[in-house]
Amino acid sequence: MAGAWAAVRPLVKSCFTGSLIGVTIADRYASLVTVDGKSMYPTFDPKPAERVLVEKLSLDRYNFSRGDVVVLRSPSDHRDLNVKRLIALPGDWIQVPEKQEIRQIPEGHCWVEGDNAGASWDSREYGPVRHFSVFLCSYEFGT
Amino acid sequence: MSGFFRRLAGIPWRDIAGDALSRTFLCVKAFCVVHVIDHHVLSLSHVRGPSMLPAMNLAGDVVAVDKLSVRFGKVEPGDIVLLISPEDPRKLVAKRVHGLEGETVSYFVDPGNSSASKTVVVPQGHVWVQGDNPYASRDSRQFGPVPYGLITGKIFCRVRQLFSLPLHSLI
Repeated sequence: MAGAWAAVRPLVKSCFTGSLIGVTIADRYASLVTVDGKSMYPTFDPKPAERVLVEKLSLDRYNFSRGDVVVLRSPSDHRDLNVKRLIALPGDWIQVPEKQEIRQIPEGHCWVEGDNAGASWDSREYGPVRHFSVFLCSYEFGT
Repeated sequence: MSGFFRRLAGIPWRDIAGDALSRTFLCVKAFCVVHVIDHHVLSLSHVRGPSMLPAMNLAGDVVAVDKLSVRFGKVEPGDIVLLISPEDPRKLVAKRVHGLEGETVSYFVDPGNSSASKTVVVPQGHVWVQGDNPYASRDSRQFGPVPYGLITGKIFCRVRQLFSLPLHSLI
């Protein structure tokens, strides 16, 4: 028993260290996200599901620009992640596409929309998104 | 001159480099451990302000923040939570949860001046938070229900009070 543990111990230790380092990098610097919905077609094609690199450094300074693709927590279920494009920042005035209304984005919020307007559940339905629900900015990565 | 280079060649560079690398790796591992615990398990925070009197001190308290129970959804009405301010995402605020999604919450609109109250149903994925001190608190009565994703931790314990002068000694 003790012999088996002594043999496995270095492996367990390195897995543990590796996972700690991986979690830290994923939280602070960059991580991978799989996009499998059709709300961002043609930017992200759901078949086959695309892997996207998301970077988190711009989160600290709120260094977002209009037009960035961002990953955010869905306002109606905090466990869901949505990938959308940032359309407007706080203080901007926008015209909601189908509704003929003009609204101003309040402080601390932003407006997100999917590229595939017909199949995207985004700010046109749930209104401006609290700024920090926005998770990180994404760059296209692999296949 | 050649004596200098001979001494330079005699220094065990490889051992020094190996030592430096292993110590750097140790620092990196320590940083990762601290980050993972601080972010995902347990953290300390300094909260100050009048909005949670009398539960929390005006001058400031150091509190322990539990992050695991938020991750598993175990936040209940009556808990004090630390959340990202919906008005300025660079600030963290501490408030008490009064209602979860689907619950009905009643509150006084203007506590000092009138006794008018409003009742609201908390939408899905949101929580209603209020400060214990309704006269000096900006909370859900002003900025509406808050998405659950903005909650970063549950405050469960006060570590120590800063400036714990008893009031009568100030007179």
